[in-house]
Amino acid sequence: MALLHNKNVAIRGISACVPKHTRKNIDNPFFSPGDVNAFINNVGVEELRIAEPEVCTSDLCVAAAEKLLDELNTDRTEIGILVFVSQSPDYYFLPNTACILQDRLQLSKETLAFDIPLGCSGYIYGLNLVASYLSSGQIKKGLLLVGDTASKIPYPKDKSSSLLFGDAGAATILEYDERAGGLHFHMATDGAGYKAIIVPEGGFRNRFTEQSLVEYKSDEGLIRTPHSLHLDGFDVFSFGISEAPKTCKKLMEHLHLTNEDIDYAIFHQANRMMNEKIRKKLGLPEDKVPYSLKHFGNTSSASIPLTMVTATRIKLQEQINRLLLCGFGVGLSWGTVYTVCDPIVVPELVEI
Amino acid sequence: MDKHQFLQSFAEQFDETDPETISLETKFKEMEEWSSMVALMIIAMVDENYNKKITGSDLRETGTIEELYERVSAK
Repeated sequence: MALLHNKNVAIRGISACVPKHTRKNIDNPFFSPGDVNAFINNVGVEELRIAEPEVCTSDLCVAAAEKLLDELNTDRTEIGILVFVSQSPDYYFLPNTACILQDRLQLSKETLAFDIPLGCSGYIYGLNLVASYLSSGQIKKGLLLVGDTASKIPYPKDKSSSLLFGDAGAATILEYDERAGGLHFHMATDGAGYKAIIVPEGGFRNRFTEQSLVEYKSDEGLIRTPHSLHLDGFDVFSFGISEAPKTCKKLMEHLHLTNEDIDYAIFHQANRMMNEKIRKKLGLPEDKVPYSLKHFGNTSSASIPLTMVTATRIKLQEQINRLLLCGFGVGLSWGTVYTVCDPIVVPELVEI
Repeated sequence: MDKHQFLQSFAEQFDETDPETISLETKFKEMEEWSSMVALMIIAMVDENYNKKITGSDLRETGTIEELYERVSAK
C-alpha cells in the first residue's frame, strides 16, 4: 500500500500552454453528425486544441515554463531538478527530452533532468517524484513539465479515440519549505490491464514494420493501424469508476479527511460520463469538481494542471486551497495527492 | 447475487424502455435503446451494486440478460 508523505515541500506556481488551433468535433470528416453529437453529449468533448505537425509536447512545455519562471521571478540557477512526464517525446527514446529542455530553458548544468513516460497518472507521479527529491532540502527548487500531443497518437478514422484527445503542456514549480505541510500521496499500479490502452507496434516487443501503418478493422468495427492507439473503452471505464474513487477514499481515510476538508477535487479528464460517476461515488458536489474536457478534451498528463489553470485560476491565486488531485489510466497506473496549497502564481493560459 | 434484483437494476438503466418488457430472456444488444452509453451504465451498475468489473468481452460474448447475469455472478 503506497501511502507516502513528502514533507517540507510546497507548490509555488502552475502554468499551462495549448496550441492556438481549435478543431471542432462536429466538423469531423469521418463520422456522421449523429455519432458525433452522441459522443459530445456523453463524453463531453466539443472541441480540441491541435498542435501543428512540427510542434512537440516539449514546445508547449517550454512556453508554459517560460511564462511561469518569469511570473515567479525565478532565478533559473536555483532549479535543481527538471522532470519531463510525457509519452510524446521529441525523439524515439533517445535522448531524453528533459536533457534538451535543460538547455532550452537555460537551467544550470548542475540540474538533474530525465523523462518519465507515464500518461494519465503522470502528473501525480511527477509531483511525487519531484517532491521526493526536494523533501530532504538538498535541492531547493524543482520544475515539473507534463503533457502530450495526444491528438497525434490515435488513428484519425478510429471513432473510439480520435475525437477524445487534445494537446497541452503544463509546468509546475515546487520548492523546499520547512513551514509547508507537504504533499500526501496514494499511488498504485495494475499491469494486468496493460492492453486496455496501448500502441501495439513500434516498440521493442513488436518492432515497427511496413505492416504497422496498414489500416484494419477491429471486431467492433473500429478502423486502426497497429501503430496507432488502441483504447478499450469498456475496460477503461470499468477500471476508472472502480479504482479512482477507491484511491481517493484510501488517501482520505488515511488522512482522516471528509469532503468538507476539500475545496477542489480535480480529476484526470478522461470522459465526462466516467468522471461524473467517480464524482457521484465520492459524494462530491459539482462546484468542487471542475472540468476542462469540453474545450480541451483528454490531454493526458496535462489534464489536471490544465483544469486548474482554466477553471480555478483566480481561486488558486487568492486563497488557501485544500486540493485533492487524482490521475488514472494507461499502465494501468493511478495515484492521488492531497495538499493544502497556499496562494500560488498561476499565469493566464498560454497559447502558441 | 439475486437474479431478479439484477434484472430490475439492469432495466433501470434504460430511460425510454418500459421495464415490464424486459425479461431475463431479453437479448439486450438487440433492444432498440441499447447503445454504448447504456453499456457503460450497466458496467457502472454492476460495479456499484456487486463490486464487480464487467469487461468489454463480457458484453460481447453474452446474448441474454440471464447469460450476462451468470457471467457476472461467476466473477
